Amino acid sequence: MTRPLHPAAWWLWAIGLATAASRTTNPIVLALIVAAAGCVVARRRTDAPWALAFRLYLYLGALIVASRLLFRVLFGGGGGTHVLFTLPEVPLPAWAAGIRLFGPVAAEELLGGLYDGLRLAAMLICLGAANALANPKRLLKLVPAALYEAGTAVIVALSVAPQLAESVLRVRRARRLRGGAGKGVHALRAILLPVLADALDRSLTLAAAMDSRGYARAGTTPRPVRLATAALVVGGLLGVCAGVYGLLDATTPRALGLPMLAAGGAVAAAGMLLGGRRVTRSRYRPDPWRLPETLTALAGIGAGALLFATATVDPANLYPSLSPLTWPQLTLLPALAVALAVAPAWLTPPVPTETAEAPA
Amino acid sequence: MIEFDRVTVTYAGAATPTIRDVTLSIGEGELCLVAGHTGTGKSTLLRAVNGLVPHFTGGTLAGRVTVAGRDTRTHPPRELADVVGYVGQDPLHGFVTDTVEEELAYALEQLAVPAPAMRKRVEETLDLLGIADLRHRPLRTLSGGQQQRVAIGAVLTAHPRVVVLDEPTSALDPTAAEDVLAAVTRLVHDLGITILIAEHRLERVAHYADRLLHLPGDGTVIDGPPARILATAAVAPPIVELGRLAGWHPLPLSVRDARRAAAPLRARLEDHEPPCRGFGVGTVELLAHDVVVRYGRHTAVAGVDLQLRTGEVVALMGRNGSGKSSLLWALQGSGPRQRGTVTTGGTDPAKLSPTDARRRVGLVPQTPADLLYLDTVDAECAAADADGVPGACRALLDDLAPGIPGDLHPRDLSEGQRLALVLAIQLTAAPPVVLLDEPTRGLDYTAKRHFTRIVRGLARNGTAVVVATHDVELVAALADRVVVMAQGEIVADGPTADIIAASPAFAPQVAKILHPQPWLTVADVAEALR
Repeated sequence: MTRPLHPAAWWLWAIGLATAASRTTNPIVLALIVAAAGCVVARRRTDAPWALAFRLYLYLGALIVASRLLFRVLFGGGGGTHVLFTLPEVPLPAWAAGIRLFGPVAAEELLGGLYDGLRLAAMLICLGAANALANPKRLLKLVPAALYEAGTAVIVALSVAPQLAESVLRVRRARRLRGGAGKGVHALRAILLPVLADALDRSLTLAAAMDSRGYARAGTTPRPVRLATAALVVGGLLGVCAGVYGLLDATTPRALGLPMLAAGGAVAAAGMLLGGRRVTRSRYRPDPWRLPETLTALAGIGAGALLFATATVDPANLYPSLSPLTWPQLTLLPALAVALAVAPAWLTPPVPTETAEAPA
Repeated sequence: MIEFDRVTVTYAGAATPTIRDVTLSIGEGELCLVAGHTGTGKSTLLRAVNGLVPHFTGGTLAGRVTVAGRDTRTHPPRELADVVGYVGQDPLHGFVTDTVEEELAYALEQLAVPAPAMRKRVEETLDLLGIADLRHRPLRTLSGGQQQRVAIGAVLTAHPRVVVLDEPTSALDPTAAEDVLAAVTRLVHDLGITILIAEHRLERVAHYADRLLHLPGDGTVIDGPPARILATAAVAPPIVELGRLAGWHPLPLSVRDARRAAAPLRARLEDHEPPCRGFGVGTVELLAHDVVVRYGRHTAVAGVDLQLRTGEVVALMGRNGSGKSSLLWALQGSGPRQRGTVTTGGTDPAKLSPTDARRRVGLVPQTPADLLYLDTVDAECAAADADGVPGACRALLDDLAPGIPGDLHPRDLSEGQRLALVLAIQLTAAPPVVLLDEPTRGLDYTAKRHFTRIVRGLARNGTAVVVATHDVELVAALADRVVVMAQGEIVADGPTADIIAASPAFAPQVAKILHPQPWLTVADVAEALR
């Protein structure tokens, strides 16, 4: 049976993968993780507009790697013995001591830049994969009742953005009809003013439509309770974020890790329960959470966990040595992690083929 | 069901109330038509029913509006969502979700209907409106008629007792409009829902209505059976004008009733010939050959050949999405064109600079407001004069729509005035070819008659005019020649009478009533009888 997977499952999978990528600079492992993410996206994405954004993430990743390499060439830093080529060094005044422009470029430096860039790019691409696979609007439906209003604002913004792009095109085309008069600020004004007026009109129409269809109905919850709910949820979520950061970054104090995560989670849960008691809405055909969802989430989390395990068993291969230069190697555990990461490409049900015809 | 008790609405800053001391009572299962010129308060009246006026729009409402016993004073629109469904003018802008099914469920989610009941109601509504095959379609890819039916479905799922529709067919082609209106009448007849509907094109709805609320423009509401009110009202569809001319009593509102009454009139017209319109007399001003426009995989215009002659008014008709707009933009030279040639005045307008192109071909796009970006009407006129004679634009504007204050913001103009302003701006360049894309959307009968005079005047001065439109009555009154497009191809091209008189979808009311005689407008008939 074809059906879209629960968006949260894709996000758990992607976060697991990004965690795995953050734990290594081994280019082979990183490249395999990116390949795994790409493979799953290719097999399981729909042809919705957000699904086409994956390519943008790939470009962005390439840009990150390229800029890292460029900076290593520009401000060499002087480490490494395997000099590949030497650029004429630009002498800098004395106050800029410690910075070097151009000069000898060593293989170690370039590789260091490449590894660093690859790691960042891989993490970004993993999150891009989640963006491409999970319908953002269905994901927003999962926000707890206490955050419903904020979630709807985001939904409206999401649907207005493509419309804005459309009206910019329309107005630019229409401007030619008036002879395309004016340049610079004048031209910008000629495009922006109609577009903004249009966006404002649309927002008002949408707001009227939402109001007449019962949005924000039964606002009988007393204001202090609503404020308390929002404060608890937002504060708790901030705590969760800090906790996750502490857990992932090995240099932060231990106290910022698990305890913070647990405390934040508890506060947020309390807020959501408080808000949820007053729910006056229901959900139409919520996304089910079945075996494929569990497997997908486990695959991602498993991949992350395996690299954590590798870090204690065999750290040398996760951070390939630059001095002396060694070939990065792929060992059993990371290979297993990559195999896990790519598994959802087959474990999940195929997506429904788009029933839409070409726009009229 | 709906009670207005001495209701007066005054908007902030307005000198006079928009509607004044209105008292009416609308019962269960009535289909109530709201008619009147632009700016007489039709939308205000409709929006007062579900509390959007004054809760959303601001302003002061005196008196009392109750719907199913609920006072809009204490119930904002969201608390009335389960009794009143409100469908705005542009359905696409009112959609909250992405797909048809989610849109239908949205109101139910807000009303906290339990999931199983929700599922059932969505299925029933899909069937009721005949949109079950569209259920997973993204809303943006639907045609105008489908979008309108989905918008109606989206309020129906909440099982309202009243549905309010603000100009539901103004953007639709005749066939799509029929589909929507058929769905609406079904709601009245099968479910007993009370319907309040505002519409400019009375010829489409008048015969379905049980009751007419006419807003003459002084804030009052004249209430009564459609046939009685239309006998004297300032707004009247062609069928009513013909009925007044022929002295039929009672006034027929449907083509069927009128045909039964029309036998004597047909006999009187037996020896008269409808006036002959100019066709194919001018010299060729614009020549298009094998024009193809594609957007990605979608072919909008598929190899069109077209000649435009001086002094000729051509109506371009066809379904929504049949390629009319794409063709106009390609002819002007600003839109894409993948193949074919367009020649006017010896050159291809696409190769000219924008300033020179607009001196050859002027285009008024579907949303004329896109062209306006300055603060005042005078500033817009001055900008248009920049490459011509100073004062030319203002002179044209005074000719088209006299008496528009120069310091007014263009967005505060009425639809008709805004159209006149954009038309004046485009005519300042004095192009020999003028293309108008859906110019009469949102214009009332008076504004349309005025527009017809303007366009005929342009044609008399030798301009070749193309008007893309869905409005068959406008075509009957205006065009010398009709071009019908379907799926990007021209399927018919000839004199107006030949093309539209015999077509079931495009025939104007007068032609349907007097068939087989080829009369198109009441004015022609009146002229012959004189």
